[in-house]
Amino acid sequence: MIEVNGLNKYFGKLHILKGIDTTIQKGEKVVIIGPSGSGKSTFLRCLNRLETPTSGSILFEGQDLTRVSDKQLYAVREKMGMVFQHFHLFPHLTIQKNITLAPVKLKIMTQSEADEKAAELLKKVGLSDKANQYPNQLSGGQKQRIAIARALAMNPDVMLFDEPTSALDPEMVGEVLELMRELAAEGMTMIVVTHEMGFAREVASRVMFMDGGKIVEENSPREFFENPKNPRLREFLSKVL
Amino acid sequence: MEFIQNFADKFYSTFIEENRWLYLADGLRTTLLITFFAVIFGMVLGFLIAIVRATHDKTGKFRFLNVLARIYLTVIRGTPVVVQLLIIYFVIFASVNIDKVFVAVLAFGLNSAAYVAEIVRSGIMSIDNGQFEAGMSLGLNYRKTMIQIILPQAFKNVLPALANEFIVLLKETSVSGYIALNDLTKGGDIIRSNTYEAFLPLIAVAVIYLIMVMILSALVTKLERRLGKSDRG
Repeated sequence: MIEVNGLNKYFGKLHILKGIDTTIQKGEKVVIIGPSGSGKSTFLRCLNRLETPTSGSILFEGQDLTRVSDKQLYAVREKMGMVFQHFHLFPHLTIQKNITLAPVKLKIMTQSEADEKAAELLKKVGLSDKANQYPNQLSGGQKQRIAIARALAMNPDVMLFDEPTSALDPEMVGEVLELMRELAAEGMTMIVVTHEMGFAREVASRVMFMDGGKIVEENSPREFFENPKNPRLREFLSKVL
Repeated sequence: MEFIQNFADKFYSTFIEENRWLYLADGLRTTLLITFFAVIFGMVLGFLIAIVRATHDKTGKFRFLNVLARIYLTVIRGTPVVVQLLIIYFVIFASVNIDKVFVAVLAFGLNSAAYVAEIVRSGIMSIDNGQFEAGMSLGLNYRKTMIQIILPQAFKNVLPALANEFIVLLKETSVSGYIALNDLTKGGDIIRSNTYEAFLPLIAVAVIYLIMVMILSALVTKLERRLGKSDRG
């Protein structure tokens, strides 16, 4: 579904991604871990072209995202949901409107279809009673669940999560991870940058360790956590587990 | 007693005799007319300039328009509005017979646009880039993200600053007399030159401006409080 070849990214002279190669199949749940500054978020943001790669290619459903026109890029992004660390809900819109804005403005659904979809998604994330409230009336965990619902409203083929629980109070992490688990169980293709090792162990079909702009090791969670080969990964795991 | 009699006489000659108060009333109407249309013109043009500048800052597009906009802002903000008014009337429209009110609206509108543009641009730039990214990640293009997500928030943030700009504009129109336009200030000045009495007409003019500004300021305060309320949820 996603095939990344020789991906490089520079910020000025800073070499952030140093030749990433990987393939992600439909239905996979890939969890990316690694120390700060290892390039994991940048890698994720390259996948939907919020960052423009310096070189290399990203094939998504047969299209090379490093070569598509702006118009095609927007169409591709409709199929890739993204959830951010800081939620980025639209504060001037109600929860309902946050969810329905994109499908309606992109003429994928009529307002009433989108409203129906929003009601269904709000039920799924357990926040049906919040439809007419504004984002700043919600807790962090609730905001992130709405952000997930907003991304799901576009019926994406893949969901990208950029440290979805890192900005949350500890007691709110659980509710977001629970929702992500549900999503995984439904068969959604997911790529998750996180520090939640428990989530990686339970949900991931593959765990990637990034360090210094490279994928240093990737393996099934069992092998990855119980039998890490790379010394950097071993050191990292000994610190976080 | 003599003082009161004296004051009453002066009041009579300044406002009542020969219906001189009409100079002030007509002047006030002209001042409000110029301000109203200059505000609208300045808003529209200022918004367009702000969008060009912000789009250039964010995406690198509109390079040529951005250079034009920057020259425009430098020139307008670097020269006095009276000089701009005089140039537009006596240089640009020198050889055509044109309505002076139109010239004033044009001059003050062009002037105000420069300040509105920078206010709105700062409002756009103050919105967290994450809002852009959230819009983009949903498949919205730049224009839709701007219109649906960024501008409503930016506008709300700068509304008080914009309202203050209009208060400034109202007072700035007092230089319209330079092109022999009978605005409020000029009205007071005409009375002064007719009666050789400066105190009453000029104080009256000042009081009228003050009252208008106080009303507008009160509205701005009310607006700010209202906006603050919806922020607190």
